[in-house]
Amino acid sequence: MSITTPALVAYDDAVRRYDPVIGIEVHVELGTRTKMFCAAEQSFGAEPNTQTTPVSLGLPGALPVVNGTAVEYAIRIGLALNCQIAESCRFARKNYFYPDVPKNFQTSQYDEPIAFDGWLDVELEDGTVHRVEIERAHMEEDAGKNTHVGGSAGRIHGAEYSLVDYNRAGVPLVEIVTRPITGAGERAPEVARAYVQALRDIFRVLDVSEARMERGNVRADVNLSLRATPESPLGTRTETKNVNSFRSVERAVRYEVSRQAAILDAGETVIQETRHFHEEDGSTSPGRVKSDAEDYRYFPEPDLVPVAPSREWVEEIRATLPELPQARRRRLHDEWGFADAEMRDVVNAGALDLIEATVAAGATPAAARKWWMGELARRAKQEEAELADLAITPAQIGELQQLVDSGRINDKIARQVLDGVLAGEGGPEEVVVARGLEVVSDDGPLLEAIDAALAAQPDIVEKVRGGNQGPVGAIIGAVMKATKGQADAKRVRELVLERIG
Amino acid sequence: MSTISRDEVARVAALARIDLRDDEVDRLAGELDVIVDSIARVREVATPDVPATSHPLPLTNVFREDVPAPALPVADVLAGAPDAQDGRFAVPQILGEE
Repeated sequence: MSITTPALVAYDDAVRRYDPVIGIEVHVELGTRTKMFCAAEQSFGAEPNTQTTPVSLGLPGALPVVNGTAVEYAIRIGLALNCQIAESCRFARKNYFYPDVPKNFQTSQYDEPIAFDGWLDVELEDGTVHRVEIERAHMEEDAGKNTHVGGSAGRIHGAEYSLVDYNRAGVPLVEIVTRPITGAGERAPEVARAYVQALRDIFRVLDVSEARMERGNVRADVNLSLRATPESPLGTRTETKNVNSFRSVERAVRYEVSRQAAILDAGETVIQETRHFHEEDGSTSPGRVKSDAEDYRYFPEPDLVPVAPSREWVEEIRATLPELPQARRRRLHDEWGFADAEMRDVVNAGALDLIEATVAAGATPAAARKWWMGELARRAKQEEAELADLAITPAQIGELQQLVDSGRINDKIARQVLDGVLAGEGGPEEVVVARGLEVVSDDGPLLEAIDAALAAQPDIVEKVRGGNQGPVGAIIGAVMKATKGQADAKRVRELVLERIG
Repeated sequence: MSTISRDEVARVAALARIDLRDDEVDRLAGELDVIVDSIARVREVATPDVPATSHPLPLTNVFREDVPAPALPVADVLAGAPDAQDGRFAVPQILGEE
């Protein structure tokens, strides 16, 4: 099979001359205990075909029954995306033949989605907000999983046969479809990425899915078209399927912009088709030619009665929605009083939860930020790890800061305490005790050191006595040196001045 | 008035993976015409304020609790498989059609 790779136009050049329009379909697997239409348990990593029933296998005579919790989750998602919730909606059969769809149709929703007409404000890394309009969110079921055998290393081409596991067949999905996203211009790849990321965050706080990208809980199909100007009619789009990481979403958009620009530059037309994304080099290649929607021969599912969520139920669900990520960010921003740029750095570093928990453990927001964005960020970078993966907890940072605040250790010592905690020597308190790091607070040894310092520098003592307190730092420095930095500098100063009189 | 063409019957048959002979295509085009005509008659009396019916029972919101029930034993699951390997259904190569 030969794919001729068209020349690519450099991205910056392409977006100067064409206006990209994106559209994104996101599938999220709901974290219900059972499947959408039968009581088979669903969990990740079970042995093949151990989580099926006659319904999920599509055996003759099997009848589906809707999972009420899945409907509730779909409504939660719809409400979080500012959608209308249908007063009544039906399921429909989407007919096609593929071995991972044992019934030869997917039970989905067609012209009556449970949620529609919503929007989501998406925040880019520099704080720019782009509104994405949601056309619909509908309920459906996942397909089974094919493993291709023979040919080259499990790749789909050249496979001699396939093995099918139906554990995933019938797992509840919600598919969220945007309207064409316009006006993003050169930032289209960022907007696409930020949108999928924002959805993932929402799924998690709504507690409707674990939303783990690497497990395929959240999967995105990325539509892209180019047009000459923002006033031109929409161009022909391609749909890149199964783009399953945030970074890939961004890359897929960039690649298609460059590829389609090259086609348009050559005076040719973009073919409407689905494309496959290649993780290795960020490219896309043609998949099957997209069939007309009518080829799926959708019709209302006769085995299921309509879903008609009462307005009372919808309002009940709305009332229990948790604070959504963006609102939470804004609230914490206000509460903490960080500058805009500081707050963005915190969010982008993934430190929001950590700082919130550290504040809850008693630290001030400024102190919590100082630790996580300073010393700890530096160490995470050294170890090429995420902040959250460091071997230290927000509670321990809270404890560390309390040790500083109470004067038992100073900032410099605190860094040594961090070393100890990160090395697995225990919590801050334990490390302070075990390493003998406590600031010298017993005045006895301190006075000894002070007297020695005073005796060594009588000229300074004279100056201070004469009313010039400036040079006193030299004495304090000598004392700190003598006590290996473990003295409380403030206390030393008090004692020195007291001693000099 | 014939509304369903032979081509349409052939196309739908292909989509539904039904192998029809030429004489069957002719016969079904005629039979489908009768069905379409009958539905057209119904549409004459069904004004836009009559909601489309997909189910004869006046029921909504038939839900199940999200509580797992035992799954089919794998041996039963695979009993009807034309071929199986490692607890999975073995099926012919797929991508010829993709």
